[in-house]
Amino acid sequence: MSTNRLDYLDELEAEAIYILREVAGQFEKPALLFSGGKDSITLVHLALKAFRPGKFPFPLVHIDTGHNFEETIQYRDEMIARIGEKLIVGHVQDSIDEGKVIEQKGKNASRNALQTVTLLDTIAKNGFDACIGGARRDEEKARAKERIFSVRDEFGQWDPKRQRPELWNIYNGKIHKGENVRVFPISNWTELDVWNYIRRENIPLPTIYFAHQRDCITRNGQLMAASPFLNMDEDDVVERRNVRFRTVGDMTCTAAVESYAFEIDDIINEIAESKISERGARMDDKVSEAAMEERKKGGYF
Amino acid sequence: MDILKFITAGSVDDGKSTLIGRLLYDSDAILADQLEALHASNRKNDDGTIDLAILTDGLKAEREQGITIDVAYKYFETDKRKFIIADAPGHIQYTRNMVTGASNADLAIILIDARKGVVEQTTRHSFLVSLLQIPKVVIAINKMDMVDYSEEIFNSIVTDYKKIAVKLNIADVTFIPVSALKGDNIVYSSTAISWYKGDSLLHHLENVEINRDNLSTHARLPVQWVVRPQTDELHDYRGYAGRVSSGSFKVNDKVTVLPSGFTSTISKIELYDTQPAEALAGMSVTVHLQDNIDISRGDIIVNSAGEPQLSSVIEADLCWMDTRGLDTSLTYLVQHNTKTVRCKIREVLHKVNINTLEKDFDEDFKLNDIGRVVIKTAEPLAFDPYQENKANGGAIIIDSRTNVTVGALMLRQSVE
Repeated sequence: MSTNRLDYLDELEAEAIYILREVAGQFEKPALLFSGGKDSITLVHLALKAFRPGKFPFPLVHIDTGHNFEETIQYRDEMIARIGEKLIVGHVQDSIDEGKVIEQKGKNASRNALQTVTLLDTIAKNGFDACIGGARRDEEKARAKERIFSVRDEFGQWDPKRQRPELWNIYNGKIHKGENVRVFPISNWTELDVWNYIRRENIPLPTIYFAHQRDCITRNGQLMAASPFLNMDEDDVVERRNVRFRTVGDMTCTAAVESYAFEIDDIINEIAESKISERGARMDDKVSEAAMEERKKGGYF
Repeated sequence: MDILKFITAGSVDDGKSTLIGRLLYDSDAILADQLEALHASNRKNDDGTIDLAILTDGLKAEREQGITIDVAYKYFETDKRKFIIADAPGHIQYTRNMVTGASNADLAIILIDARKGVVEQTTRHSFLVSLLQIPKVVIAINKMDMVDYSEEIFNSIVTDYKKIAVKLNIADVTFIPVSALKGDNIVYSSTAISWYKGDSLLHHLENVEINRDNLSTHARLPVQWVVRPQTDELHDYRGYAGRVSSGSFKVNDKVTVLPSGFTSTISKIELYDTQPAEALAGMSVTVHLQDNIDISRGDIIVNSAGEPQLSSVIEADLCWMDTRGLDTSLTYLVQHNTKTVRCKIREVLHKVNINTLEKDFDEDFKLNDIGRVVIKTAEPLAFDPYQENKANGGAIIIDSRTNVTVGALMLRQSVE
């Protein structure tokens, strides 16, 4: 076995830092999209490594559906206070109030799909030319083909057939006015890589990633957190369960998994043994086989 | 544990997607919900077993046409290594996609159908592997089950292939007889191919040695960003941030900054809150120099003992990647490391027929064409010949009208 190559976490870290610095060097007005999930938390940590002792050359942007886990918002605000960087929040409620989107009705109503409009509005309002996101190629088949620098037209659309060739580590960030680029520095990381990195670097996380007791209902075979945002009826049985969340999104579409993983080591063991992929716990991908591809074309991250 | 990046070259007909599917399936890299989707799909093999090729089909258009159009990346790991597969299409009309996938690969697996032997496409794929300088090559001779696991057929294909390897200067080749469909020699050693004493494909991938160029004389650090906090307590802080593309730097190394030619000495290497003694190839660091010289993004810091070439008239190999053909009267942009400057393709020396390897003197450079050109850049580039140092010898051409990446350049030498 070769000995002069970097350990995989060092390699992935170095690549991500390189990509973040390319964004800083190539764009006028970049932004880092922060969801409060572990992937974007990892991005913030990588940005510290890329730019400290200087300031970040971009603000953090959070698209707030208004249906967040309380713990996520608390984490976000504490983190911003700790690192002293700028945060811009785009509210889905504003898009609803402005009549740009209409709130869904019915049992499976979710604001998840509405946030695309708020995201595109926030990009336009602030004139962002590059948005850094925490998507990974291992999450889903359509993502497996996306570039690290992914050009979007003014409607935020991704055209899988018109992707630019991306060679070596040379990223072409040249765009026309109105276009913007989505940049994915941790494209080559897997879910387990992210967790191993979080453990190695001692990065704090929102508490909902760890096992806790919570009132849940079962929807379409998945455990959902009972909340005022979920349209419930008399068929729904609320049960207290020991759960944790593998991804952090809108409360109406992020399913919990039954878990007794209280520490990060437990989580890593659980994932290593788990037989369900992370997006398998997202109801928004369940709709059809081509679900993600369609949503990406529409400007979703 | 390190990461091995490899590309698979071959077409659907050679069973490439099945091979990757088998690698993932037999190494337990497929999760339950994906497996469920796999079983639920109505695509099956003739004998009713599940079609593993589905695992690598990404885009809707591809599922409809049953072909791989774009490069898809797949991830899996064993106890020994982590793997990133760049799954690129094999047909000639997707040469640019294969070039893209090959640009970052440590190893290439070229598939040969045992029934057909070495064919035109084998030559083409091998040419690209050699052009892009992928250090290791595995020739997977597939569909051995269809030729009764014949050792004789295997050997005659090996003999044929070695002729191509010599011609293309491919030094490091390993031959493995496999059946992706049946699983022979993919993850598990085959009992049906008892005459073969070598490793299974996975075993080979786990153990093959891939070295990184850490020679200090090849040290190259393209500057991406200058860290200047300009706060009261860090008033004089000036760090040059970048990723070491090849070689290695140590504190006290004498360095030259190009294109300016100023020299200085490395005073400090930082990685966030640590100060590594050495910055190795692949590391993203921030370096400090003893002297206060003007350095900005686009400059490159190199070891003074081994400077690259500095030139604005450069001979290079070119792969054209756009549906709009090359126009030698146009001004394009060339992006090399962190530097982007205007350029012209001054001359087309020749093209290569990548199926036969013969030179072609037609100057019309179209999509997927490969050949040798001379470029003239508005400012000099500090480069190494691609064949000697990949990391500092590759560049892309951008069409400034569309901003699209239209060409890949493998720089060869200054012809100033």
